[in-house]
Amino acid sequence: MSKLLEVKDLKVSFDTYNGEVQAVRGVSFDLDKGETLAIVGESGSGKSVTSMALMKLLAGQGFIKEGQVLLEGVDLVKKSEKEMQKIRGKDISMVFQDPMTSLNPTMKIGNQIMEGLIKHQNMNRENAKKRAIELLNQVGIPQPEVRMNQYPHQFSGGMRQRVVIAIALACNPKVLIADEPTTALDVTIQAQILELMKEIQKEVDSAIIFITHDLGVVANVADKVAVMYAGKIIEMGTVDDIFYNPKHPYTWGLLGSMPTPDSTDEELYAIPGTPPNMLKPPVGDAFAPRNEFALEIDTVMEPPMFKVSDTHYAATWLLHPDAPNIEPPETVKQRMQGFANTGRKDGDK
Amino acid sequence: MTRYILRRLWYMFITLFIIATVSFFLMKMLPGSPLNAEDKLSESQKQIVLEKYGLNDPVPVQYAKYMGGLVKGDLGISFAFDNTPVTDILVDRIGPSALLGFQALVVGTLLGILLGLTASIFRNGPLDYTSTTIAVLGTSIPSFVFAGLLQYVFAVKLGLLPVALWGEFKHTILPTIALAIHPMATAARFTRTEMVEVLHSNYITTARAKGVTESGIIWKHGLRNALIPLVTVIGPMAVSLMTGSMVIEQIFAIPGIGEQFVTSVMVNDYPTIMGTTLMFAFLFVAIILVIDLLYGLIDPRIRLAGGSK
Ligand SMILES: Nc1ncnc2c1ncn2[C@@H]1O[C@H](COP(=O)(O)OP(=O)(O)OP(=O)(O)O)[C@@H](O)[C@H]1O
Ligand SMILES: [Mg+2]
Repeated sequence: MSKLLEVKDLKVSFDTYNGEVQAVRGVSFDLDKGETLAIVGESGSGKSVTSMALMKLLAGQGFIKEGQVLLEGVDLVKKSEKEMQKIRGKDISMVFQDPMTSLNPTMKIGNQIMEGLIKHQNMNRENAKKRAIELLNQVGIPQPEVRMNQYPHQFSGGMRQRVVIAIALACNPKVLIADEPTTALDVTIQAQILELMKEIQKEVDSAIIFITHDLGVVANVADKVAVMYAGKIIEMGTVDDIFYNPKHPYTWGLLGSMPTPDSTDEELYAIPGTPPNMLKPPVGDAFAPRNEFALEIDTVMEPPMFKVSDTHYAATWLLHPDAPNIEPPETVKQRMQGFANTGRKDGDK
Repeated sequence: MTRYILRRLWYMFITLFIIATVSFFLMKMLPGSPLNAEDKLSESQKQIVLEKYGLNDPVPVQYAKYMGGLVKGDLGISFAFDNTPVTDILVDRIGPSALLGFQALVVGTLLGILLGLTASIFRNGPLDYTSTTIAVLGTSIPSFVFAGLLQYVFAVKLGLLPVALWGEFKHTILPTIALAIHPMATAARFTRTEMVEVLHSNYITTARAKGVTESGIIWKHGLRNALIPLVTVIGPMAVSLMTGSMVIEQIFAIPGIGEQFVTSVMVNDYPTIMGTTLMFAFLFVAIILVIDLLYGLIDPRIRLAGGSK
């Protein structure tokens, strides 16, 4: 059987005054029902642009330059805007980063949830209302009947994010994209929202694409991880692959730079340098200038995806049979072990 | 909420008191006297007239007398129209001014919203530039120039509408248009700016992600949020209409308050000047109050804040 979602060689650019910004440069991944894929990477690596491209909601002068987005075998890239309006909110929906601004301030919460139901499921107002109350219940909002008639400013940040999740879930989407859904929230609320998303995952069986900076969150919620750098996925694998057997020096850097509960500041590792300018992506491996393990070939030729195992791929020349055998630096190794351990413990709770 | 309104009414009263005081003394500094035109009178006759109207009293005494009357709702007797109380003159004249102002405000705001909305939807296209040009012309060209143009084209050349005077609906058309240009331009610019900002906001992306159609985005999610702040400029717009009306009423010979004010200043008819000034001031503060209350009604965020006070 074919996959629920297959993204093939997706390329997204923005036309700007200075030229074409190549934000996403060939991203491929696939996703099964009930699976959670985490996309991680530094700021500007193209995570949000990728997710907006899946919904064909690119801002400004953004456009899909190449590639396919196959949802149950149907290519969304070829769909017209009118057709996409029937797909958005029904088959694919999205939870955004900032719950404080992602709800319409002058529309009642109830109406904002009911809108999609009325549109996509042809419900009358009465049924839509019942379903909306049900949804508010499901995302853990007390007194849903009262809350239905309130406005966003009457909700706290965490509550708003629950409402946004309710809106996204309204029509039982096949794919739910969450773009840093907990970044704007404080730590305890973050944990609650993550817990909620995991529960929902079990109940509705949507596939989830979870975008985050936070590798701690990844260990907690994801099945698969895609690591993005400069508009490409440079390493892809199961959570275990990425945490116990990372192959790309950039992934090493990310793991080394994530704090864990028992780490001190001095131990934290920072990847040197800054990401490349996407107006002129470099030749060769885009990460090479920041990579202490870069080989000569990195500056001339881009590494292909090397297969590590059936689930695990990484784009680094270090995996070439002729490459010298390089191990992650000892500090990073320790950090990633400690980090993975705490992640596991959380996950087992 | 009631306490809030009461407090606002109290401020309104203070404001009017200050305006009355300041304009009373400013008016006394106007050059000339009410008797300028009557040079035929002998010196002793003049004295009798001045005595009769209390104009020989020291200014502070005149002020005290005037304010005393004002508290009782007595605005004095006009110098120019023998023995007509100023209140009667105002009551007589408020009708045309109010009608004109209201028509201009409604027409101007609605057209302006439409213009600004079109511009924001077709951002950076020809329609946007056209609408921006209209808005810029509308703000920078004074309304009396439009008035003259309108009279020339529609009344003199085409003979479609009367040049001036008052009485039927057709008399109101040209002055309404002339007056509406300013509010229209303001509303157009404001709506465009707000709408462009709203369309870029996160909740619009949320709505799009729900599958809301383009028309739903604009009418249901966009416009309402863009128009709420417009309510705040309706106050200043109404005020600029009042000042505009002084000239426009003069040009179209409309028996309104603006025209009365201009005539009264010419002849130093003190009580009428004071009366019209206070009338304008009252309308001004009343409009601001109504707008503020209205704003609270249509913006749920403010509604709550007001309610919990
Ligand atoms: N509207 C736009 N116009 C031009 N360039 C854009 C636009 N939106 C994004 N980009 C570019 O696309 C690249 C990827 O941005 P994106 O928002 O996907 O990053 P991200 O991985 O989501 O980062 P963050 O973690 O900060 O959210 C950046 O280099 C950015 O400059
Ligand atoms: Mg982002």
